[in-house]
Amino acid sequence: MVLALLVLVPAALGLLALVWRQVRVQLAALLGAAALHLVLTAAAWVSRPPAFGAYLALDDVGLLFLSITSVLFAAVAVYAVGYLTAPTHDEPARLHRFVPFLLLFLAAMTLVTATQHLAVLWVAIEMTTLTSAPLVYFYRRGPALEAAWKYLMICSVGIALALLGTFFLGAAEAAAGAAPTLTLSGLMRAAPAMPRPWLRAAFVLALVGYGTKMGLAPLHTWLPDAHSQAPSPVSALLSGALLNCAFLGVLRFFQVCLASGDAGFARTLLLLLGFVSIAVATAFLLGQRDVKRLLAYSSVENMGIMAVGVGLGGAAAYGAMLQAVGHSLAKAGLFFLAGNVLRAYGSTAAGEIRGALRRLPVSGPLLLALVLAIGGLPPFSLFMSEYTIVQAAVGGGHPWLGALLAALLAVAFLAMAAVLLPGLQGRGERRGGAVREGFLAAAPPLALAAGVLVLGVWVPPALSRLLGSVATSLGGAGS
Amino acid sequence: MSAPAVALHLVLLLLAPPLVLGIAVKVKAWLAGRRGAPLLQPYHDLRKLLGKGTVRGEGTTWVFAAGPLVGLAAVLVAGLLVPLAGGAAPLGFAGDVIAFAALLSLGRFFTMAAALDTGSSFEGMGASREAAFGAFTEPGLFLVLALICLPARSAGLAQAWAARPAGVAWLAHPLYLLAAVVLFVVLLAENARIPIDDPATHLELTMVHEVMVLDHGGPDLAFVLYGEAVKLFVIAALLVHLLLPVPPGGWAGAVALLAGEAAVAGLVGVVEGSVARLRLPRVPGFLIGAAALAAVGVAVLFARGRP
Amino acid sequence: MTGAPDVLLLLVLVTDLFIVASGRLKACVRATAAQGVLLAALPLALWVPRGDANLAHVVVIGVGALVVKAIVIPSRLLRSAREAGARREVAPYVSLHVSVLMGALLVMLSLWLARALALAPAAGGGERAALLVPASFATVLLGFLMLVARRYAVTQVVGYLMLDNGVFIFGQRLVGAVPVLVELGILLDLLAAVFVMGIAMHHIGREFDHIDTRALSTLRD
Repeated sequence: MVLALLVLVPAALGLLALVWRQVRVQLAALLGAAALHLVLTAAAWVSRPPAFGAYLALDDVGLLFLSITSVLFAAVAVYAVGYLTAPTHDEPARLHRFVPFLLLFLAAMTLVTATQHLAVLWVAIEMTTLTSAPLVYFYRRGPALEAAWKYLMICSVGIALALLGTFFLGAAEAAAGAAPTLTLSGLMRAAPAMPRPWLRAAFVLALVGYGTKMGLAPLHTWLPDAHSQAPSPVSALLSGALLNCAFLGVLRFFQVCLASGDAGFARTLLLLLGFVSIAVATAFLLGQRDVKRLLAYSSVENMGIMAVGVGLGGAAAYGAMLQAVGHSLAKAGLFFLAGNVLRAYGSTAAGEIRGALRRLPVSGPLLLALVLAIGGLPPFSLFMSEYTIVQAAVGGGHPWLGALLAALLAVAFLAMAAVLLPGLQGRGERRGGAVREGFLAAAPPLALAAGVLVLGVWVPPALSRLLGSVATSLGGAGS
Repeated sequence: MSAPAVALHLVLLLLAPPLVLGIAVKVKAWLAGRRGAPLLQPYHDLRKLLGKGTVRGEGTTWVFAAGPLVGLAAVLVAGLLVPLAGGAAPLGFAGDVIAFAALLSLGRFFTMAAALDTGSSFEGMGASREAAFGAFTEPGLFLVLALICLPARSAGLAQAWAARPAGVAWLAHPLYLLAAVVLFVVLLAENARIPIDDPATHLELTMVHEVMVLDHGGPDLAFVLYGEAVKLFVIAALLVHLLLPVPPGGWAGAVALLAGEAAVAGLVGVVEGSVARLRLPRVPGFLIGAAALAAVGVAVLFARGRP
Repeated sequence: MTGAPDVLLLLVLVTDLFIVASGRLKACVRATAAQGVLLAALPLALWVPRGDANLAHVVVIGVGALVVKAIVIPSRLLRSAREAGARREVAPYVSLHVSVLMGALLVMLSLWLARALALAPAAGGGERAALLVPASFATVLLGFLMLVARRYAVTQVVGYLMLDNGVFIFGQRLVGAVPVLVELGILLDLLAAVFVMGIAMHHIGREFDHIDTRALSTLRD
């Protein structure tokens, strides 16, 4: 019941907002859905909801990603209220083009996390594309249109391949002598007897398909465009929640490979694409001039790190999951701050931003903190996770991979710092003194930054247990 | 083959073609709302032309004189390789499809050579277009012959027809349907019909086949026209055997064949009457498409492990 | 290689090649509709004669595919093409002749691939149609060809549709495994995708006065 409500509440409120266009209704629907979703997710933590019907079921992996989505959405909802109703904003009255799709987007992402039927998972991930494309095209400008079109085409095509991969798994399940079910449990039961070529082909297709959506290089090309053209709250949600949902799609296939006892192939592919992603993203981080594109490439990098972590297995799988949590919080915060910067300076070009520490008394220092956090410096959570992954690589007999990873991470951090830090210092001459930042603009990134900091120092036992059990189900070890 | 069967084959091959051509022209006229020339008009044309004297341009050589004759001879011999009313052909042997394709090219070559021999730029243009179209048609022809012959594992048409599934072959073996579609395109191309070429046009810039034979007159032209009719008849005979279960031999076979030929001619007429001619640059694409279809068919045959 | 399913699949291959070969936008979309009709008939041809599948399920899938793939989406695409004022030609990056040859090669590749990946007979006993897997692969690959080798947005959507059709064909192996609700969900997703793409094309047409995707290449690093 809880599971059904988790999906249905945002969907129903989204449909309501679609037909009822009053600003007050829109805002109420947005905040109400966020709050209810958060409450229901918390309820799922207290007692795990039983499977609902044939399609809805929540396991540890699902719960982890559901929680990330829920927390992030709450932050986005609060921030979006301030962002969209601000008088400086271009189109304050167009809430009805924003809120309904955002809520349907949330429903689709929730369904991704709360199902173990791979065909339903596919439907849900495709729905996330369709509901978020209008959000990317919220500012009706040529570049936004281009970004939305690329996003739609590239992700839809990629995801169509993932459906083929899903059907391949079904065929392999049938060939293993079972009646094809396409549920995770059924597939894992049949996995040892599946014909290897079909299982591998299925994993490749899923990795390519869902990997496109999660932004693994070289299939990431839509990502910087969509993230830089979408409104900042949407960018935050895309980067922090959507990419994770696509990653979940890959992980489900990986779980089947694990159950088949033939995961070496899948691990190799994950490592390969992961490292390629980190390297490509680092190359584009160097000399990047647009802040939001910079953040987008950083997302590509972080997705690569997670893929590498899962590919390595062992303690690195735990690190990868912790990285998912930390990256989502930090990246969403950064996108909020990019939105504040955009409002203060009228641009996201790094060259235009000067003296942000003085000009934006809250956002400036937060930006500094989160840049250090996303770069993996202690005491933030991402330091813990990246350190865990590198250490697991070295300890697990891959010292070269560990060294390569550490080197790439260092270069990526320096590249980001070189772009963002100059904008913080200096005097905000010409355009006057400090800008007053509203509570709604400052509180969400502040809360997220606090979360990243706390998780770096102390992981709550409940979360640690969950991360451990997720890592175990992904072929790793708890930490 | 028995003597009566050979005689029947010869009678069909020699006498029926102009009638088939007449049917195609008639159907086309009907579709255009005209009454059209009488069905037997091609025979009258041939008789009229044969009664005239021969005029050949100054400066033409024996090549010009040989063109119509070799062209006609080639298609007639090709007609002796193709089973008509029965399951066999007078000159059929275990490699006759290759000879068949070669004879069609031979006829085309001499027609082009004769056109070039006139030294006229128009005819040269026609010959070059014919050469280009021929180059795009022949892969389709070869592939479709392969598609017909591979299941029998023999390069003989008689063997190929004998190996067909009983009854309406293409229901049991859908590749025959594919072969028929491609063969029909090849038929249109080989016989210079719409949409590849227009036998009725007399605008020099758009003519392809017609412009090549512009300088022939009298008996020469009669040979050319008769050769065209025979070519249509022979390729249509392949198509009929592909699609219909023609009873082997005798009058029943002859009637079935003629009915099938009439149907094919009618179809040609319908196409001519209802489709616009392709623009010249589009023709290669059309023919390549047909060849690609046949290639896919052959690939399917191999993939099934049953060539 | 016998029976109605294989005839349908062969015709699907023919429509694949036709779409790749056709130079007119309208012909392209119409051929897509024809392919939709063939796909709608496929589940019926595959499963009804055997009588071992839930008839209602098969009919629902068939009707759903007919409505979505053969009627609604093609008419929506034709409208988008008209609205966006696209010229009637398909504007290939790769010439049509080369496209056809590449198409034929891709079909052969998929035939080979299906043999190389030879799947043990499905649990219900025996292969139901010899061409099922190769036709599915070929349609997916030719869909990719359409995606990368044509400039207009409409033809790219046609490519996406072919891709989806190929997946649909493969899915016919699994009728019964995928619940009918989910299967309809997949069709609805496709429908929604094409509608969102249609709206995007509408905006592209308004923004740039044509639907040539070359206009969409300003964002880069």
